[in-house]
Amino acid sequence: MPIGRKDKDEEGGGNPFSYIERTAVLQEARIFQQTPINPRKCCEILTKIIYLINQGEVISTTEATETFFAMTKLFQSSDVIMRRMCYLTIKEMSKMTENAFIVTQSLTKDMNGREDIFRAAAVRALCAITDSSTLQGIERYMKQAIVDKVPSVSSAALVSSFHLSKGAHDVVKRWINEVQESCSNDNIMVQYHALGLLYHLRKKDRLATSKMVAKFMKSGLKSPFAYCMLIRIASKLLEEEDSGHDSPAFDFIESCLRNKHELVIYEAASAIVNMPNCTARELAPAVSVLQGFISSPKPSMRYAGAKTLSKVAMKHPSAVTACNLDLENLITDVNRSIATLAITTLLKTGSESSVDRLMKQITSFMSEISDEFKVVVVRAISALCQKYPRKHAVMMNYLSSMLRDEGGFDYKKAIVECIIAILEESPESKESGLSHLCEFIEDCEHTVLATKIIHLLGREGPKTLNPSKYIRFIYNRVILEDEAVRAAAVSALARFGAQCEDLLPSILSLLHHSMMDEDDEVRDRATFYYHTLAQKQKVLNSAYILNGLTVSLSGLERCLQNYLKEVSEEPFNMKSVPLQAIATEETKTAIAPTVRKTKEKTPASRQEMYAEQLSRIPEFKVLGNLFKSSEALELTETETEYVVRCVKHTFDKHIVLQFDCTNTLNDQILENVTVQVEAGDGFEVIAYVPCLCLKYNQPGVTYACVAIPEEDPTEVTTTLSCVMKFVVKDCDPNTGEADDDGYEDEYPLEDVDITVADHVHKVIKPNFGAAWEEVGDENELEDTYALSTVNTLQDAVKNIVKYLGMQACDRSDNVPEGKSAHTLTLAGVYRGGHSVLARAKLVLKDGVTMQLTVRSSDDVAAQVITSAVG
Amino acid sequence: MGSVFSSLFSSLFGQRERRILILGLDGAGKTTILYKLQVGEVVTTIPTIGFNVETLTYKNLKFQVWDLGGQTSIRPYWRCYYSNTDAIIYVVDSMDKDRMSTSKQELVSMLEEEELKKAILVVFANKQDLDGALTETEVAKELGLAAIKDRKWQIFKTSAVKSIGLETAMDWLVTAVQSQ
Repeated sequence: MPIGRKDKDEEGGGNPFSYIERTAVLQEARIFQQTPINPRKCCEILTKIIYLINQGEVISTTEATETFFAMTKLFQSSDVIMRRMCYLTIKEMSKMTENAFIVTQSLTKDMNGREDIFRAAAVRALCAITDSSTLQGIERYMKQAIVDKVPSVSSAALVSSFHLSKGAHDVVKRWINEVQESCSNDNIMVQYHALGLLYHLRKKDRLATSKMVAKFMKSGLKSPFAYCMLIRIASKLLEEEDSGHDSPAFDFIESCLRNKHELVIYEAASAIVNMPNCTARELAPAVSVLQGFISSPKPSMRYAGAKTLSKVAMKHPSAVTACNLDLENLITDVNRSIATLAITTLLKTGSESSVDRLMKQITSFMSEISDEFKVVVVRAISALCQKYPRKHAVMMNYLSSMLRDEGGFDYKKAIVECIIAILEESPESKESGLSHLCEFIEDCEHTVLATKIIHLLGREGPKTLNPSKYIRFIYNRVILEDEAVRAAAVSALARFGAQCEDLLPSILSLLHHSMMDEDDEVRDRATFYYHTLAQKQKVLNSAYILNGLTVSLSGLERCLQNYLKEVSEEPFNMKSVPLQAIATEETKTAIAPTVRKTKEKTPASRQEMYAEQLSRIPEFKVLGNLFKSSEALELTETETEYVVRCVKHTFDKHIVLQFDCTNTLNDQILENVTVQVEAGDGFEVIAYVPCLCLKYNQPGVTYACVAIPEEDPTEVTTTLSCVMKFVVKDCDPNTGEADDDGYEDEYPLEDVDITVADHVHKVIKPNFGAAWEEVGDENELEDTYALSTVNTLQDAVKNIVKYLGMQACDRSDNVPEGKSAHTLTLAGVYRGGHSVLARAKLVLKDGVTMQLTVRSSDDVAAQVITSAVG
Repeated sequence: MGSVFSSLFSSLFGQRERRILILGLDGAGKTTILYKLQVGEVVTTIPTIGFNVETLTYKNLKFQVWDLGGQTSIRPYWRCYYSNTDAIIYVVDSMDKDRMSTSKQELVSMLEEEELKKAILVVFANKQDLDGALTETEVAKELGLAAIKDRKWQIFKTSAVKSIGLETAMDWLVTAVQSQ
């Protein structure tokens, strides 16, 4: 027997099929034509064919057809093993040849025959060769098979129907009565498959689905698999309904925690744990069930329990505290994956005092676990560092030793990110963190990480007590690494040169070497920096080395293209280029790096999108480039007849108000919709762009353009009252057909405030001190304010940032706890492209007192910003 | 002595299975004939999409019988099953006068195939139980059987439903195959 030989070969350690080759196998397949048939030999060849197909071997249509017809000759023999091999081959080859239908009669006969061992497999093979056009021919047999008393046949028919429904949903839907009948089958697999198919056929119909769930919740099910399925459907319903957890579906899932099958219990617990906005009270029973799991003698149960609990601990560490004792027992589990999960969970839930012990434990077997789990450990450390800042030094030691160990990119990346997060958080760890990273880049195979670290060294290194020690590490990269790393190293060196005067001569000579580099980019950078630094002018250093470009790159590209299109004597104006939008995310969210990534891209592309939309409207072409777009403001209560949101677009001398309107009444169509704006304070409405037709539930846009007063340039804030005006036409909710006659109507909206922040764009200045010097004190204004409404420095910082619409630099928006004085530094660009910097010295004493100093390249901008707080 | 024993032995057990194809237009009664011969009963059939293959024993002779579907779309695939065929049973619906010429065309083109040069031909003028059926002579004339010179052939009037003529035809077939 082929099987026997395979065993022998496996003892020898080889793959018995490694030598086979397509043409030879297809040649061999000719013996299918011979009579009498040799089943043993034929089975072996069929196995080879299936093996080849699964190896991804390409068999041409002609070859496949020929082989397929040869294989059909094997139906003359009723050898059980060979026939079943034939079914498998048919399934594999069904999509390779158009002639597979030729076995329809034979498979139909087998599926209805007396040989039970053939029947289920014949059903599966038959469905594989059937498409929506030939399905009706076998419909009668499929309906019979679904309710067949042999469980394997019924299961096969149900699963095959599921696959068929992808192409022929409507035909399969006609079998729903049979499927329903199978839902009450005693066999656990049949019931599970029937429920799965029933849900699949009904899932588009919410009402039918919830009825179905309600029915089975009441009548109960025999099969634990079906229970798991029902739990999944129920939790999906809960999620969609969003009706809170007071529903029968939740009660059902909760009741499954007391099911007699572990499978069902786990499914229910996991469903509850994964529900969004679950309360502690709702979590408790699920957690206590999982607690039982982690003390189970079965490793799979312990693993499932520990893994799920570690997930809970991310969001609700307090809920898992009750399991700490049991988790402690798992630390020494022989299964390292379980132990890792237990420890990382404990790190999230435990107290500060237990951290050292746990870390020691985990490092003892760090080398035995896979990278995937090592990353879990690093994440846990990262979370710990945010929770217990006092542990930074200890953690840094662990991280540095982990950095030295073997590991893949993801693991190293997680460590590096964690170290960077720590040294940005705590000044005390800065020096040690940087030196660990320096050591790491000495032998780092990942270009991405090396450039990231070198950039960080360039930013942080010059501010340390002994900057020169980092230069050696960076310059080593210039000698040893590939071009991407060399370019980053050259940039980093320039930053040292710009900030450390005593090092400048050495830096210049190092850069001079790189001016002969073989790579263009490295050479360009070195030349540029060398000549910039050689001028020894702080203003140049700040503008071209330390603070760089703040414009949006795609915006710059677009502006340059436009500039090239029109013949103009004027030089290109950098100030007209849209600025890089800054992601408005809190630095504290760093716990979940995966979530953060998805957010980063959006703001920049959002402004791009608006710019694109506005440029298509003829009225707005003359306004110039879009300077800034605000967040959307709600001008209506939610759940009113009409929903209106407003986005403010600031241009050089105008503000365009974009009103996104939605009509929530299905028996009305609105036409000629505008939002009338009543302006004051010297602001003047100069144009409206109406929305011609607003149908039910289809958002429409109307614009109003407001000119900013030019007589008094410091007059930049106002309140605009808005009324939506339109013509209403009644319409038939079903057909959407409107009456011919309409009447005019209006709808009051909330006021729109134009604030100072609308005129200011946030800009990151990586080196505030240099930028401050660069702007100079020509237009410096200073004033002192008492901020009476706030009681803490942190609140004061938050409000100032909000009013001024500027970006906090050097992480000065984080007020260290327990301090009574703080300096906030802010950077921005004022409408028209003037950079504005502000320094707010805050003192906490019976309320907060602020001394605000503003510098700008434009005196109006400085005045506006200074007056914003008052 | 040994040779006598071996010939006896082979005539009882060791004989080669004879391969027979049942062909003909759709609805001629091929599947009904196959199962009448195999199980002796008239079974309900549906149009054959593909083929049926059964083993049957008649007069101590083992036959492997392939009944191929007769629909227009399936006829082109007949040729995939021609090789090693000992005999062809060509079934004609004697009531279906309109399609006699189609039946003739299929028969003629089939007999031209190289792989079937040595195969014996038996024509079943089926459905003789129905009033108005053509006689076997008329069918033979319609199919132009007289023109076949280079092979052993015979036509029989049959009715699978009423068990007419099947036995006679099979007897002739057994003799013809054995003397091949």
